[in-house]
Amino acid sequence: MISPALSVSDLTVSYGENLALWDVDLQIEAGCLAALVGPNGAGKSTLLKAALELIPRVTGTAVFFGQPLARARQGIAYVPQRSAVDWEFPVTVLDVALMGSYGRLGWLKRPRRTDRDQAVSCLQRVGIADLAHRHISELSGGQQQRVFLARALLQGADLYLMDEPFTGVDAATESTLIETMRSLRSEGKTVIVVHHDLQTVPEYFDEVVLLNREVVAQGPTGSVFTAENLQTTYGGKLALLTP
Amino acid sequence: MTEWWTDYTLRNVTLGAVMLGAFSGILGTFPVLRRQGLTGDAMAHATLPGVCLAFLLTQTKSYPVLMVGAVVAALVSLALVQWIQSVPRVDPGSALGWGLSTAFGLGVVLLGVVQSTPNAGQAGLEKFLMGQASAITSEQVVVIGSVGGLSVLIVTMVVPRLALATFDPTFAQTQGLRLSYWSGLLNALMIGAIAVGIGTVGVILMSAMLIAPSAAARQWTHRLGPLLVLAGLFGAVGGLFGALSSLWVPRAPTGPAIVLSLSVLAVVSILFGRDRGLLWSRRRGA
Repeated sequence: MISPALSVSDLTVSYGENLALWDVDLQIEAGCLAALVGPNGAGKSTLLKAALELIPRVTGTAVFFGQPLARARQGIAYVPQRSAVDWEFPVTVLDVALMGSYGRLGWLKRPRRTDRDQAVSCLQRVGIADLAHRHISELSGGQQQRVFLARALLQGADLYLMDEPFTGVDAATESTLIETMRSLRSEGKTVIVVHHDLQTVPEYFDEVVLLNREVVAQGPTGSVFTAENLQTTYGGKLALLTP
Repeated sequence: MTEWWTDYTLRNVTLGAVMLGAFSGILGTFPVLRRQGLTGDAMAHATLPGVCLAFLLTQTKSYPVLMVGAVVAALVSLALVQWIQSVPRVDPGSALGWGLSTAFGLGVVLLGVVQSTPNAGQAGLEKFLMGQASAITSEQVVVIGSVGGLSVLIVTMVVPRLALATFDPTFAQTQGLRLSYWSGLLNALMIGAIAVGIGTVGVILMSAMLIAPSAAARQWTHRLGPLLVLAGLFGAVGGLFGALSSLWVPRAPTGPAIVLSLSVLAVVSILFGRDRGLLWSRRRGA
């Protein structure tokens, strides 16, 4: 049997005295497109960060393809929220994409010609190769999101964790993003996305985790993404959006 | 012109100031990009009490001994500043300003103590205030060259990692980088540059050596490699002009001379820089 791409158990995280996640158990099978869905402050981004050991946990474990993070790191690509980077930093679009090769480079090695060529083809794949030599801050929000997807593609990972990739992007970028995710799935990769737009969940994702500090429900979108479960996840605030 | 290279003082002064300018410019680039220029300023001011204490304890004016005092004092000030900044409800910038002036005040008091001791060997410690390139010895040139050269070599080797940790710290961590190691390394290199620089430009103005070259260079390029090279070049030019003026006008303090030439470069760059200069931006906007 194949191990799940991500398996989280007993995960509890707190910011000071505020409980962000409580006793979370979840499994995402390998080879699917999965969405983490829930209201603001539900702990969706926190869940990804805690699994990647970017923030401390109170209790709990996260296992990737049956391995702890230290051994699975090479196979994981993380796409942070756009607000998490320093936009004034002197890097071009190509420089950022190339950062996807650092994980597999030796300690003091620099990217080689072949890495650069691969970075360019990753930029091509998300449709922004013509912007390769621009400074990163000159791009639109959607184009910036594509750069980070290109960087993740260059990593050649098996699991892609994306924190709100669809937020604030144009329609063209949204369709590029989802097409790229689908082609990753067809290569047998796994994509887990923190997602806000409930309307598109059934169309985009195979699996859904409904989260509000605790896991409300998880499983195939068809059986989990129900009006009742959404009502429980969002409280009474969702009359208009239920499918 | 041959006199330039055969004259012992001329050669030492020129070589020392140019190397110091180049190395400081390169080593200051990452702290500036990380918005930590003021930390460098605070550490530079804090080296004055360290230098004075080192002299009081050992009664020698040997440059390496004084540098050890400077490094220890810089480390202590860094720890104190980081502790104050971790206290809630204290603005980090204000904490730095406060720590900087306190350390400097202590240094000036200690300098007074040193100067009131009967030991005639104390003469010359006051040069650490404003710097004195015209008194650079060949020993200092060797120290500047080796410490600075080694630091720059280290930075050059790890530029990609430093860039990643600065540009996108979250992603860097997922790649297995420990951010605290890299900021520690940068602080260590900055302290090294400060320790070798204070004898030439003085503790008060050392931070300008670290900040001005990369601030100027950033106006011309949006790529990291050229930025580092240009910062080194601007630093070297500033060092050269500072050293020359200190030779032409024997009592002219070197620190201010270097800082003024660097500032001219910075202002010209801000006005005319190709990447972000005001004139170009205006023309592009029009």
